[in-house]
Amino acid sequence: MNDRDNTVLAVRDLSVDFLTGRGTVRALRHVDLTVPDNRVVGIVGESGCGKSTLINCVLRLLAANAVVADSSSVVFKGRDVLAMSPADLRGIRGKEISMVFQDPMTALNPVISIGTQMTDILYRLDMSMADKRRLATDMLGQVGIPDPARRLADYPHQFSGGMRQRICIAMALMMNPGLLIADEPTTALDVTLEAQIIHLMKDLCARFGCSMLFVSHNLGLIAELCDEVVVMYAGEVVEQGEVHDLFHRAQHPYTRMLLDCDPARIEEKRRDLPTISGSVPDLIDLPRGCIFAPRCPQRYAPCSDTAPATYDVNAVHQARCFKVRDA
Amino acid sequence: MLFYTIKRLGLAILIVCLAMLMLLSAIHLVPGDPAGIALGPRATPEMRAEFRALMGMDQPFFMQYFRFLGNVITGDLGVDVWSRRPVRTMIGEQLPHTIALAMTGLGWAIVLGIPMGCYSAVHRNSVLDKLTGVLSVGCIAIPSFIVGLYALLLFAVELKIFPAIGAGDAGDIRDQLVHLVLPGLAVGLGWVGYLARFVRTSMLEVMGENHIRMARAYGLSNRRITYIYALKLAILPTVALLGVGVGSLISGAVFAEIIFARPGIGKMVVDAVNTRNYPIVMGGVLVTTMLFALSTLISDLIAAWLDPRIRQGL
Repeated sequence: MNDRDNTVLAVRDLSVDFLTGRGTVRALRHVDLTVPDNRVVGIVGESGCGKSTLINCVLRLLAANAVVADSSSVVFKGRDVLAMSPADLRGIRGKEISMVFQDPMTALNPVISIGTQMTDILYRLDMSMADKRRLATDMLGQVGIPDPARRLADYPHQFSGGMRQRICIAMALMMNPGLLIADEPTTALDVTLEAQIIHLMKDLCARFGCSMLFVSHNLGLIAELCDEVVVMYAGEVVEQGEVHDLFHRAQHPYTRMLLDCDPARIEEKRRDLPTISGSVPDLIDLPRGCIFAPRCPQRYAPCSDTAPATYDVNAVHQARCFKVRDA
Repeated sequence: MLFYTIKRLGLAILIVCLAMLMLLSAIHLVPGDPAGIALGPRATPEMRAEFRALMGMDQPFFMQYFRFLGNVITGDLGVDVWSRRPVRTMIGEQLPHTIALAMTGLGWAIVLGIPMGCYSAVHRNSVLDKLTGVLSVGCIAIPSFIVGLYALLLFAVELKIFPAIGAGDAGDIRDQLVHLVLPGLAVGLGWVGYLARFVRTSMLEVMGENHIRMARAYGLSNRRITYIYALKLAILPTVALLGVGVGSLISGAVFAEIIFARPGIGKMVVDAVNTRNYPIVMGGVLVTTMLFALSTLISDLIAAWLDPRIRQGL
């Protein structure tokens, strides 16, 4: 993967450790990821695979016990976020990169009105309060909140979960950012709302010309929404590529098993859902070879001794598996 | 908000009425005849009967209660058994001093305690945080009369910065304020510690919530996040605590009033208990109860003003 000119975000060799009382948790190891201009990149993986650590690292919102390796870089539009001063970082947050969080019920401050929370984000703009409120009203209208002018004075508890997520999306796009990060934005909502919210995000991102980094464990959503997919397992990127190619020619055994486990893709009638046997490795004491080897049904000689590098499946598709090298 | 205020006001009145019932029962539960205790062993039966009639104790309990209630509504708190002066006038003279003292203590607690708690939460595990931790626990542990005595020795007797006793000259506001500093500190120091600890804990809790992370993700300034987004939520339990705390500040005022020889309700009630002067005891305790109900009412209204969820009855 080359850093093209039209790249919005380039994460290179990102490794993050968490220092805990039990030992050093190696949450992310040598992660590479590129978000091209005007594209939607999905990150998929089970809980604890490092998805949230990755996106929190992009805005440097990690907990105090996190240690980012010196060799890592997170380059946003040519500037390394990891090397930024706190003042420069604040300049990026919410303006250049914004974020929609997982749970809309807790993402908004319960004692501050929606209008104030929205106009607060606009503190960088040199405009009157009346203009800021007009802009906020306009954004609320765009995400489909009825009677937006009146509702600016309302508080989060007066909105339903779906409405709150719409408000969060409005807030995220208000400064017209170059990159929108969505951290499982529909997990806390019910299924009927999911499609609405996803379409809203896709429409608005296209209209505002903003790239999106979309985190989910829902393969159906990723397939529908994203242009490119990154599959993560236990803190590593195991496979990435163009969405159609990856879903139809999955190479890494983990990706294949993940696809097999998706209830939406199961066609024959069966009593129990397929699972991936074994459990996620302990991130404090990592296995020596391939991270997936202990659970992999197709492992062979090299897998348990040496860790595989990333090999090209084709020009738009890479996987971290010896089978790809040896094919 | 109006509906909430009315509801809350009704509750405050109910609390005072119940407190009056308990107060009257307490007088009845004192072993032996209150009149006998008040007048001493050598009183004649006629004197006791006269005393009982004077205090309305010859009537059935609930008649007494409703008479008490009626009298209080019309502002009649009875007369001092010994001097025959109206209790209302006597309380009226003492009350401003007690309120001023409690408010000074509260002021010390708020002005020192809340910033200390905020600082500790924001600079968690720093040297100053640990120092405030030790200081706060120290403040909580030292009884107010010890603080009063030592403050008196140090600032009034040795350094002569503040006056030692009395409430200052009537009409001279500045003199009265100077006289309040030390007793106020004695009453409020424990609360400085309480507030510092309490605010720190609730700030830390709020700072870990999702919406604070979101505010950070949007690049809001640390100052705005700490003092508006976090403090507005974190202060809510503190407001409730202070509503109750004013009650303990008023009872703590008794020591300060005695040590600094200040006039006040506390000192008046203690003297009245010693002389079995029931109308004054009842009047004093009743007014204290009312102050307590009023302060919880005010703290609930402040909480409702800060938190829309309370305001809208959720």
